[in-house]
Amino acid sequence: MNAIKKPVKIRGYERADGSFGIRNHVAIIPTVCCVNEVAKKVADQVEGTVAIPHECGCEVTTQLEIPTRTLIGTGSHPNVAAVLLISLGCETLDYELLANEIGKSKKPVELIVTQELGGTIKATEKGVRIAQKMVQNASQIEMNPNDVSALVVGLKCGGSDLTSGLAANPAVGVASDMIVNMGGTVFMGETPEIMGAEHLLVKRSANENVARRIYEIIDSWEQRAKNEAVRFHLITTGNIEGGLTTIEEKSLGAIYKAGSSEIQGVIEYAERPQGKGLFIMNTTGDDINSNTGMLGGGAHIILFTTGRGSPVGTPIAPVIKITGNPHTYEKMIDNMDINAGTIIEGKESIEEVGTRIFNEIVRVASGKRTKSEALGHNEFAIFRERGHAY
Amino acid sequence: MNKAIIVDSLDNVATTITNLEAGSTVTFKFGLKKKVKLKQSIPFGHKFALKKIKKGEKIIKYAEMIGRATQSIEEGEHVHIHNVESMRGRGDIA
Repeated sequence: MNAIKKPVKIRGYERADGSFGIRNHVAIIPTVCCVNEVAKKVADQVEGTVAIPHECGCEVTTQLEIPTRTLIGTGSHPNVAAVLLISLGCETLDYELLANEIGKSKKPVELIVTQELGGTIKATEKGVRIAQKMVQNASQIEMNPNDVSALVVGLKCGGSDLTSGLAANPAVGVASDMIVNMGGTVFMGETPEIMGAEHLLVKRSANENVARRIYEIIDSWEQRAKNEAVRFHLITTGNIEGGLTTIEEKSLGAIYKAGSSEIQGVIEYAERPQGKGLFIMNTTGDDINSNTGMLGGGAHIILFTTGRGSPVGTPIAPVIKITGNPHTYEKMIDNMDINAGTIIEGKESIEEVGTRIFNEIVRVASGKRTKSEALGHNEFAIFRERGHAY
Repeated sequence: MNKAIIVDSLDNVATTITNLEAGSTVTFKFGLKKKVKLKQSIPFGHKFALKKIKKGEKIIKYAEMIGRATQSIEEGEHVHIHNVESMRGRGDIA
């Protein structure tokens, strides 16, 4: 079973804080959405940078915790070699705190303030000069081998259909168990899509505290749903067309992603897990919000199962697309990395596809670009209390 | 290639893995030999009942409850949102 003979090695970048990255991005991060365009102009001018525009940065102070934590997590992410923060100057988000917190990861961090510099053109010019130097320096960091235990993998399903629960998610579960057994870290997000299956995860909790937390986070999302009093809003139109009838059915299929490992803890949106093994991250079911939370939590790679066919990626962590639907694999071949549709066709076992997924994780964690990465799918959206989807 | 999948022997529904016409017969080699004649056409990925399910009875897939029948469902009938309701996250029931 899962015969991986010799020790598996990945290749990446050792960071000054002891972490290990599998990509070497120079991130251009606006600290408020008002200067998204400045960040994009800088990134357009400098090869090897990635702009990470978003919609946050000027929330009322009680709503700043999540954007701040997410941007700190994104800047500190081991796949990032250096960070240029672009501030406007009058936003509510504390951009100096952001620079200091990201600086704790001991990577180069610079902050420019657009109002102080005198506007878009001057800020862009200064940003380009800084980014150019950052890219040149980052390009000199050598790649080194490391063990799979250094990896943090996020699990996500989006655009689910019946094949997600029957094929793609169970195969991801096999790969997830392999990562955990080799000493790595895995987290599964999407709390609303555990609803109806939480009793099965609770049985696998490392201790009573974890079990209690699982019930608590489910209860808080269920309460939200009840307040909105809409019968089918926990599953999408596409889910229903694809054959999923209820949230319970979707959830029971979704939790297969987390394999059979013991659950070590429940972490909040964009929070770094303490320790190794399997965790649950309390996120929305919305795809991009959820991916961004896992990015903030330090996921090197996201395994994303999609029966209907979703193209999304992230700016700094490669996303591996896995579909359990053989028709979707054919139709969306430009976006799908792994065909798990062979399972329902009876051509491959869940174990075999799981091992294929694991091998692809190792290749991607050694430099191979995923399809969403090669196509520049850099979607990024920070969870906000209002206007969320499930 | 199989026409439909039963995940667990406790399940009272099966999931189609191809489009199936009304009147066609699906044979399972699952536990006791079982043949189901479809009352309606069932699209790829949708469910049909493996036996008569009474109104209010649990719909079981993955050996777990996925919802409750809102009306009586015959063997071979399409099982979906028109005759099943979720029991979770509902603001319209206490």
